[in-house]
Amino acid sequence: MSLEDFAGTIESGMTIGIGGWGSRRKPMALVRALLRTDVRDLTVVSLGGPDVGLLCAAGKVRKLVYGFVSLDSIPLDPHFRAARESGAVEVAEYDEGMYVAGLRAAAQRLDFLPTRAGLASDVLTMNPDLRTVASPYGEEEYVAMPALRTDVALIHLNRADAAGNGQYLGPDPYFDDLYAMGADRCFLSCEEVVPTGRLLAPGEDGRSAPVQSLLVGRIYVTGVIEAPDGAHFTSCVPDYDRDEAFQKEYAAAAKDPDAWRTFEQTYLRGGEDAYRAAIAGRAAVGADERNA
Amino acid sequence: MEFTRAEVCIAAASDSWRDAGEVLAHAVGTVPVVGARLARMTHSPDLVLSDGEAFFMAEPPPLGRTAAAGGVIEAWVPFRRVFDVLQSGRRQSMMGASQLDRYGNQNISAIGDWRRPKRQLIGVRGAPGNTVNHRTNYWVARHSPKVFVERVDIVSGVGNDRAREAGGAALRFHDLGVVITDLGVLDYAADGTLRIRSVHPGVTVEEVQRSTGFAIDGTDATETRAPTPEELRLIREVIDPSSARTREVAG
Repeated sequence: MSLEDFAGTIESGMTIGIGGWGSRRKPMALVRALLRTDVRDLTVVSLGGPDVGLLCAAGKVRKLVYGFVSLDSIPLDPHFRAARESGAVEVAEYDEGMYVAGLRAAAQRLDFLPTRAGLASDVLTMNPDLRTVASPYGEEEYVAMPALRTDVALIHLNRADAAGNGQYLGPDPYFDDLYAMGADRCFLSCEEVVPTGRLLAPGEDGRSAPVQSLLVGRIYVTGVIEAPDGAHFTSCVPDYDRDEAFQKEYAAAAKDPDAWRTFEQTYLRGGEDAYRAAIAGRAAVGADERNA
Repeated sequence: MEFTRAEVCIAAASDSWRDAGEVLAHAVGTVPVVGARLARMTHSPDLVLSDGEAFFMAEPPPLGRTAAAGGVIEAWVPFRRVFDVLQSGRRQSMMGASQLDRYGNQNISAIGDWRRPKRQLIGVRGAPGNTVNHRTNYWVARHSPKVFVERVDIVSGVGNDRAREAGGAALRFHDLGVVITDLGVLDYAADGTLRIRSVHPGVTVEEVQRSTGFAIDGTDATETRAPTPEELRLIREVIDPSSARTREVAG
């Protein structure tokens, strides 16, 4: 399906899970498609990076559920920082392990999973809804981490077939399978849609991807969107690394309202093709400057 | 042999993993990372190092680089497995702290009221889970009253008073070890409060007390040991030849 068709299915007020981790393999083309719609009041569930930053900057977020919001090489997303310091969004901040327990509970259709993480910390203060649960077998009491169930999950993988069998080719699956399983619907974007037989076929070097790379099965996927460079400017190893120069430009622009308007005008006002053209033009200018 | 303050801190960080056993050394910051590698190369060969990404390393890659830059991979540990490791308890951390109070409560989340913080920091990250699952030490590159405060704004890492008060599952594996700073090494007295275990060569107990935002006992403080010539060789020639450590600790 197209990015526009995907974006047309998202409604204001939905709870949206976003895969990847920090500034790594984020479904940025899907996020950019959302930026071009008028949906708002979203609850965003994310181990956040620039996906969260961009949605906050566009005023689309009502509530943010996160383990962290980081650009990795830059410790904190500036839009997220601004949203927190201005009190613009409601938040649920969890320990990273608690957050993962919440994803697992959602994937298993459980109300909660018990975890030690969070006990005695201010995570309980910051989330007054959190409850503990007593072990029926012993004396211990654990945090009952509620399921992070979502209406829609957005994930980006290296490859998929048209039916929605998705494959990651980098070293880390992150939690994309859990997001897919814990959502009513999952939209999967990928660098390349390939015939099913090519997922494990030998490549030009004669080597095949291991069967363990087939992370997400079609039973969990509603729609597949081919989006080359669809994780840009986050990393999508081995297809590409993070675009550190562009991320720096994003973070610098995010700190200044005028610079941000220019950034939006340059990169985010057109469609995905226009975004890719602007990135390509920027790369060409960079190369010319290096060669000059 | 001449040595720098950073090198004293690294040797102290290395000592924090002494007798930790066959566990993952989780280290945040240059001094802790160099310290963990030094521990592995000297007194604790069974220690497990990671590249900070998806791999455990039999031979670590160059400092600050991932497995892609070299080294020998011995296990696959994507982020989801890191949480399995820490919940199994086979891990010992040295984390940073934006604020730390007398009971070892640590804050890395935000300054001010969490509803609308004056300054958003990196968030609680894994601190709540780390501190109730395995031994946790801290590294503070600039010992000051701004870091060592009477009460932290948000308890990210659980301190001794909070763990004891909660008891049960919160206390079972809770284990705070030491706090290493650019001025000295702190540990916890029987009542769970921080005290000065040692001051680094050239630092006085009074200087540490002046730099701490609450009263801290220095009665039994000794002098932090000097790094050995072999440790200095490993730090300077093998682990950190580009002197990344001097960007974290001056001198």
